[in-house]
Amino acid sequence: MSRKPYVREVPKTTWYFRQGRYMRYMGREVTCIFVGAYALFLLVAIKRLSEGRAAYEAFLEGLSSPAGILFQVVTLIFVLYHATSWFNLTPKAMPVQRGEQFLPGGVIVGAHYAGWVVVSLVVLFLAGVF
Amino acid sequence: MAKSNKPIVWGLFAAGGTLTAFFLPALIVLTLLAALGYVPDLLAYENMRAFAEHWFGKLVLFVIVSLSLWHAAHRLRITLHDFGFRSDTLIASAVYLVAALGTIAAIVYLLRI
Repeated sequence: MSRKPYVREVPKTTWYFRQGRYMRYMGREVTCIFVGAYALFLLVAIKRLSEGRAAYEAFLEGLSSPAGILFQVVTLIFVLYHATSWFNLTPKAMPVQRGEQFLPGGVIVGAHYAGWVVVSLVVLFLAGVF
Repeated sequence: MAKSNKPIVWGLFAAGGTLTAFFLPALIVLTLLAALGYVPDLLAYENMRAFAEHWFGKLVLFVIVSLSLWHAAHRLRITLHDFGFRSDTLIASAVYLVAALGTIAAIVYLLRI
Protein backbone atom coordinates (compact mmCIF):
# COMPACT_ATOMS: atom_id res chain seq x y z
CA MET A 1 0.00 0.00 0.00
CA SER A 2 1.40 3.37 -0.92
CA ARG A 3 2.13 5.65 2.00
CA LYS A 4 1.17 8.81 0.19
CA PRO A 5 -1.76 8.11 -2.13
CA TYR A 6 -2.43 10.73 -4.81
CA VAL A 7 -5.69 12.54 -4.24
CA ARG A 8 -6.78 14.73 -7.10
CA GLU A 9 -8.03 18.14 -5.98
CA VAL A 10 -11.68 18.67 -6.96
CA PRO A 11 -13.22 22.02 -5.95
CA LYS A 12 -16.61 21.12 -4.47
CA THR A 13 -18.56 24.16 -5.62
CA THR A 14 -16.87 25.18 -8.92
CA TRP A 15 -15.81 21.87 -10.54
CA TYR A 16 -18.27 22.20 -13.45
CA PHE A 17 -16.51 25.32 -14.85
CA ARG A 18 -13.60 23.12 -15.92
CA GLN A 19 -15.14 21.55 -19.02
CA GLY A 20 -17.92 22.29 -21.48
CA ARG A 21 -19.54 18.91 -20.94
CA TYR A 22 -19.71 19.49 -17.18
CA MET A 23 -21.40 22.84 -17.88
CA ARG A 24 -23.91 21.17 -20.22
CA TYR A 25 -24.61 18.57 -17.51
CA MET A 26 -25.24 21.31 -14.93
CA GLY A 27 -27.34 23.25 -17.46
CA ARG A 28 -29.49 20.15 -17.89
CA GLU A 29 -29.77 19.60 -14.14
CA VAL A 30 -30.76 23.19 -13.24
CA THR A 31 -33.75 22.97 -15.63
CA CYS A 32 -35.50 21.31 -12.65
CA ILE A 33 -35.69 24.73 -10.93
CA PHE A 34 -37.84 26.01 -13.80
CA VAL A 35 -39.95 22.84 -14.03
CA GLY A 36 -40.62 23.18 -10.28
CA ALA A 37 -41.32 26.92 -10.53
CA TYR A 38 -43.80 26.33 -13.36
CA ALA A 39 -45.54 23.57 -11.37
CA LEU A 40 -45.98 26.02 -8.46
CA PHE A 41 -47.22 28.64 -10.97
CA LEU A 42 -49.86 26.13 -12.21
CA LEU A 43 -50.78 25.38 -8.58
CA VAL A 44 -51.43 29.11 -7.95
CA ALA A 45 -53.48 29.26 -11.17
CA ILE A 46 -55.66 26.34 -9.95
CA LYS A 47 -56.09 28.07 -6.56
CA ARG A 48 -57.22 31.30 -8.29
CA LEU A 49 -59.58 29.29 -10.50
CA SER A 50 -61.14 27.73 -7.39
CA GLU A 51 -61.67 31.21 -5.89
CA GLY A 52 -63.92 32.35 -8.71
CA ARG A 53 -64.03 34.58 -11.77
CA ALA A 54 -62.62 37.80 -10.25
CA ALA A 55 -59.59 36.07 -8.72
CA TYR A 56 -58.84 34.07 -11.89
CA GLU A 57 -59.16 37.02 -14.26
CA ALA A 58 -56.96 39.18 -12.02
CA PHE A 59 -54.40 36.36 -12.13
CA LEU A 60 -54.51 36.26 -15.96
CA GLU A 61 -54.04 40.04 -16.11
CA GLY A 62 -51.10 39.81 -13.72
CA LEU A 63 -49.30 37.59 -16.24
CA SER A 64 -48.76 40.47 -18.66
CA SER A 65 -46.47 42.44 -16.35
CA PRO A 66 -42.84 42.60 -17.62
CA ALA A 67 -41.82 40.20 -14.83
CA GLY A 68 -44.65 37.83 -15.79
CA ILE A 69 -43.63 37.76 -19.46
CA LEU A 70 -39.95 37.33 -18.51
CA PHE A 71 -40.88 34.36 -16.27
CA GLN A 72 -42.76 32.66 -19.13
CA VAL A 73 -39.95 33.24 -21.67
CA VAL A 74 -37.08 32.10 -19.40
CA THR A 75 -39.09 29.08 -18.21
CA LEU A 76 -39.88 28.13 -21.82
CA ILE A 77 -36.16 28.24 -22.77
CA PHE A 78 -35.09 26.03 -19.83
CA VAL A 79 -37.98 23.59 -20.28
CA LEU A 80 -37.13 23.26 -23.99
CA TYR A 81 -33.58 22.38 -22.92
CA HIS A 82 -35.00 19.87 -20.44
CA ALA A 83 -37.17 18.29 -23.16
CA THR A 84 -34.41 17.99 -25.80
CA SER A 85 -31.80 16.69 -23.32
CA TRP A 86 -34.36 14.23 -21.91
CA PHE A 87 -35.28 12.87 -25.37
CA ASN A 88 -31.62 12.71 -26.45
CA LEU A 89 -30.89 10.41 -23.48
CA THR A 90 -33.73 7.95 -24.14
CA PRO A 91 -31.56 5.37 -26.03
CA LYS A 92 -29.31 5.17 -22.93
CA ALA A 93 -32.22 5.03 -20.48
CA MET A 94 -34.23 2.41 -22.36
CA PRO A 95 -32.36 0.64 -25.16
CA VAL A 96 -34.63 -1.47 -27.38
CA GLN A 97 -33.33 -4.91 -28.35
CA ARG A 98 -34.49 -6.71 -31.50
CA GLY A 99 -33.06 -10.25 -31.51
CA GLU A 100 -29.27 -9.91 -31.32
CA GLN A 101 -29.28 -6.25 -32.40
CA PHE A 102 -30.13 -3.06 -30.59
CA LEU A 103 -32.39 -0.54 -32.30
CA PRO A 104 -30.21 2.43 -33.42
CA GLY A 105 -30.35 5.30 -30.90
CA GLY A 106 -31.37 7.75 -33.62
CA VAL A 107 -34.60 5.82 -34.20
CA ILE A 108 -35.59 5.98 -30.51
CA VAL A 109 -34.71 9.68 -30.24
CA GLY A 110 -36.49 10.44 -33.53
CA ALA A 111 -39.65 8.66 -32.39
CA HIS A 112 -39.68 10.77 -29.22
CA TYR A 113 -39.24 14.02 -31.17
CA ALA A 114 -42.05 13.00 -33.57
CA GLY A 115 -44.30 12.20 -30.59
CA TRP A 116 -43.39 15.53 -28.99
CA VAL A 117 -44.40 17.47 -32.13
CA VAL A 118 -47.75 15.62 -32.33
CA VAL A 119 -48.49 16.10 -28.60
CA SER A 120 -47.62 19.82 -28.77
CA LEU A 121 -49.78 20.42 -31.85
CA VAL A 122 -52.71 18.53 -30.26
CA VAL A 123 -52.42 20.57 -27.02
CA LEU A 124 -52.25 23.87 -28.93
CA PHE A 125 -55.16 22.82 -31.17
CA LEU A 126 -57.39 21.68 -28.28
CA ALA A 127 -56.62 24.95 -26.45
CA GLY A 128 -57.90 26.88 -29.48
CA VAL A 129 -54.64 28.49 -30.60
CA PHE A 130 -55.34 27.54 -34.24
CA MET B 1 -31.24 -6.44 1.81
CA ALA B 2 -31.61 -2.92 3.10
CA LYS B 3 -34.87 -1.25 2.24
CA SER B 4 -34.60 1.89 0.17
CA ASN B 5 -37.09 4.47 -1.05
CA LYS B 6 -34.97 5.06 -4.16
CA PRO B 7 -37.19 3.12 -6.62
CA ILE B 8 -40.22 5.21 -5.59
CA VAL B 9 -38.63 8.66 -5.90
CA TRP B 10 -36.70 7.62 -9.01
CA GLY B 11 -39.89 6.31 -10.60
CA LEU B 12 -41.68 9.59 -9.92
CA PHE B 13 -38.62 11.49 -11.23
CA ALA B 14 -38.55 9.52 -14.49
CA ALA B 15 -42.33 9.65 -15.02
CA GLY B 16 -42.31 13.39 -14.27
CA GLY B 17 -39.34 14.00 -16.57
CA THR B 18 -41.06 12.28 -19.48
CA LEU B 19 -44.41 13.97 -18.87
CA THR B 20 -42.89 17.45 -18.51
CA ALA B 21 -40.72 16.96 -21.63
CA PHE B 22 -43.80 16.11 -23.72
CA PHE B 23 -46.35 18.56 -22.27
CA LEU B 24 -44.77 21.55 -20.50
CA PRO B 25 -43.36 23.34 -23.59
CA ALA B 26 -46.84 23.51 -25.19
CA LEU B 27 -48.44 24.53 -21.88
CA ILE B 28 -45.89 27.33 -21.41
CA VAL B 29 -46.63 28.53 -24.96
CA LEU B 30 -50.31 28.79 -23.88
CA THR B 31 -49.54 30.85 -20.76
CA LEU B 32 -46.97 32.93 -22.66
CA LEU B 33 -49.66 33.77 -25.26
CA ALA B 34 -51.96 34.76 -22.38
CA ALA B 35 -49.19 36.95 -20.91
CA LEU B 36 -48.78 38.63 -24.32
CA GLY B 37 -52.49 39.42 -24.40
CA TYR B 38 -53.68 36.64 -26.75
CA VAL B 39 -55.53 34.50 -24.21
CA PRO B 40 -56.16 31.05 -25.81
CA ASP B 41 -59.86 29.98 -25.72
CA LEU B 42 -59.18 27.19 -23.19
CA LEU B 43 -57.67 29.64 -20.66
CA ALA B 44 -60.78 31.88 -20.62
CA TYR B 45 -62.58 31.59 -17.23
CA GLU B 46 -65.71 29.73 -18.43
CA ASN B 47 -63.75 27.15 -20.45
CA MET B 48 -61.05 26.57 -17.82
CA ARG B 49 -63.72 26.27 -15.13
CA ALA B 50 -65.68 23.72 -17.21
CA PHE B 51 -62.45 21.78 -17.89
CA ALA B 52 -61.54 21.63 -14.19
CA GLU B 53 -65.10 20.75 -13.12
CA HIS B 54 -64.94 17.50 -15.10
CA TRP B 55 -63.20 14.61 -13.32
CA PHE B 56 -60.93 13.99 -16.30
CA GLY B 57 -59.80 17.64 -16.37
CA LYS B 58 -59.07 17.43 -12.63
CA LEU B 59 -57.04 14.27 -13.21
CA VAL B 60 -55.01 15.89 -16.03
CA LEU B 61 -54.21 18.98 -13.93
CA PHE B 62 -53.38 16.87 -10.87
CA VAL B 63 -51.01 14.55 -12.76
CA ILE B 64 -49.19 17.46 -14.46
CA VAL B 65 -48.73 19.51 -11.26
CA SER B 66 -47.78 16.65 -8.94
CA LEU B 67 -45.41 14.77 -11.30
CA SER B 68 -43.68 18.05 -12.26
CA LEU B 69 -43.14 18.76 -8.56
CA TRP B 70 -41.74 15.27 -7.78
CA HIS B 71 -39.48 15.39 -10.85
CA ALA B 72 -38.12 18.83 -9.86
CA ALA B 73 -37.73 17.81 -6.19
CA HIS B 74 -35.63 14.73 -6.91
CA ARG B 75 -33.43 16.42 -9.50
CA LEU B 76 -32.95 19.47 -7.23
CA ARG B 77 -31.75 17.13 -4.45
CA ILE B 78 -29.07 15.68 -6.76
CA THR B 79 -28.20 19.11 -8.23
CA LEU B 80 -27.70 20.71 -4.80
CA HIS B 81 -25.22 17.90 -4.04
CA ASP B 82 -23.38 18.76 -7.28
CA PHE B 83 -23.26 22.43 -6.24
CA GLY B 84 -21.46 21.42 -3.05
CA PHE B 85 -24.33 21.19 -0.52
CA ARG B 86 -23.65 17.88 1.21
CA SER B 87 -26.35 17.73 3.93
CA ASP B 88 -28.39 15.22 1.94
CA THR B 89 -30.81 14.17 4.71
CA LEU B 90 -31.87 17.78 5.32
CA ILE B 91 -32.09 18.61 1.59
CA ALA B 92 -33.98 15.42 0.74
CA SER B 93 -36.49 16.04 3.56
CA ALA B 94 -37.00 19.66 2.44
CA VAL B 95 -37.50 19.02 -1.29
CA TYR B 96 -39.74 15.97 -0.84
CA LEU B 97 -41.76 17.84 1.81
CA VAL B 98 -42.44 20.69 -0.66
CA ALA B 99 -43.43 18.17 -3.35
CA ALA B 100 -45.76 16.35 -0.92
CA LEU B 101 -47.36 19.61 0.28
CA GLY B 102 -47.82 20.75 -3.33
CA THR B 103 -49.46 17.43 -4.20
CA ILE B 104 -51.89 17.77 -1.27
CA ALA B 105 -52.59 21.43 -2.13
CA ALA B 106 -53.37 20.45 -5.75
CA ILE B 107 -55.94 17.88 -4.51
CA VAL B 108 -57.54 20.40 -2.11
CA TYR B 109 -57.81 23.22 -4.70
CA LEU B 110 -59.08 20.89 -7.44
CA LEU B 111 -61.77 19.45 -5.14
CA ARG B 112 -62.98 23.01 -4.40
CA ILE B 113 -63.72 23.59 -8.11
